[in-house]
Amino acid sequence: MTTTPAKDTAHTTAALALGDDALVLSHRLGEWAGHAPVLEEEVALANIALDLLGQARVLLSMAGDEDELAYLREERAFRNLQLVEQPNGDFAHTIVRQLYFSAHQYLLYAELASGDGPFAPLAGKAVKETAYHLDHAEQWTLRLGDGTDESHRRTQRAVDALWRYTGEMFQPVEGLDVDRAALETAWLERVTETLGRATLTVPDGSRTGAWAAGAGRQGLHTEPFGRMLAEMQHLHRSHPGATW
Amino acid sequence: MVTTTPLEAELLELAGSVPDPELPVLTLRELGVVRAVHTRGAGTVEVELTPTYTGCPAIEAMSVDIERVLREHGVREVTVRTVLAPAWSTDDITDEGRRKLREFGIAPPRVREASGPVRVELGPTRTRDGQAEDGLAPVRCPHCGSADTELLSRFSSTACKALRRCLTCREPFDHFKEL
Repeated sequence: MTTTPAKDTAHTTAALALGDDALVLSHRLGEWAGHAPVLEEEVALANIALDLLGQARVLLSMAGDEDELAYLREERAFRNLQLVEQPNGDFAHTIVRQLYFSAHQYLLYAELASGDGPFAPLAGKAVKETAYHLDHAEQWTLRLGDGTDESHRRTQRAVDALWRYTGEMFQPVEGLDVDRAALETAWLERVTETLGRATLTVPDGSRTGAWAAGAGRQGLHTEPFGRMLAEMQHLHRSHPGATW
Repeated sequence: MVTTTPLEAELLELAGSVPDPELPVLTLRELGVVRAVHTRGAGTVEVELTPTYTGCPAIEAMSVDIERVLREHGVREVTVRTVLAPAWSTDDITDEGRRKLREFGIAPPRVREASGPVRVELGPTRTRDGQAEDGLAPVRCPHCGSADTELLSRFSSTACKALRRCLTCREPFDHFKEL
């Protein structure tokens, strides 16, 4: 795939961060294949994963060789958010992870698309795809939160459990010229509105600081990530250069 | 303004005549994905192709098909370059393309007034005559033409389609989503 190479190392850092987010979440969503609750959702999650994989390919190609970056880096070299590497859990957990991430990615891409930086062409394209991902996550959050007692309980549990991973999305990234504070305000507003309509409670726990999680951008990852990478990279490492 | 030579126009026509690998009823020109053809010296041609979705796997098959067709017409060296900006939109599908989609059993994307991110609304998923969920015209069943249809899933057999059902003839159908 032909893309414009990043102009300097700052943009390489940003391309890696955004590319790794897309790649890792794509892989997690792909793990639902064969396990989703209904066929329509299996297809929906696979389609969202495919969109993210396409974005990851463009972004990683801006930083270097896409295959080498995806398959031959060690855990500590990945720059993705800890949020996206969290295991799928139950369906509610996957939906809430998607709600938190897609709301952020949608707002971020919209801002990048309006500028003229190196990420504008991709962001202009991807923001339209992400709008559908966000819509899908919001619709399911409403349905699960305002559904049965069981679906409400599970969704609230996911909302609470993943909350501490959300502050990391608004930490500065070198080479990414966006207004982080404005992004965070807009994100909180959108997520709060959706959770409210879904009869869910916005957690009051900290999203930053000592009790929050999030050092993925520095290469520090949570324990399940290593196992995910082992599975994702196994084929390429076992059979270097293999093609279909 | 970049001028197009008669040869480039002819090659553009050829590249555009390649059928879409996933929806072979459409040509790439009708889909609106071939942006330009430039000649670069004797026997060397560069084609600009834009993906429908960033992750669309069909783009590689499209590139191979374009290269093959142009080579068959005497072009020695063909390079297909992927361009992202300006982003492809379903508004780039020609009227002829929309007609063919409908005949194929796929509800074509509705035309929007302004391009840009699709505004998505949390609301009902059913459309009837004169009232759609998103301010656009209702999605009509490609089989019987009824405007009384409902959304079953936002994603269908490919990322670019949604799955709907006609409430009049009860047939499920794919809808090419507005992008």
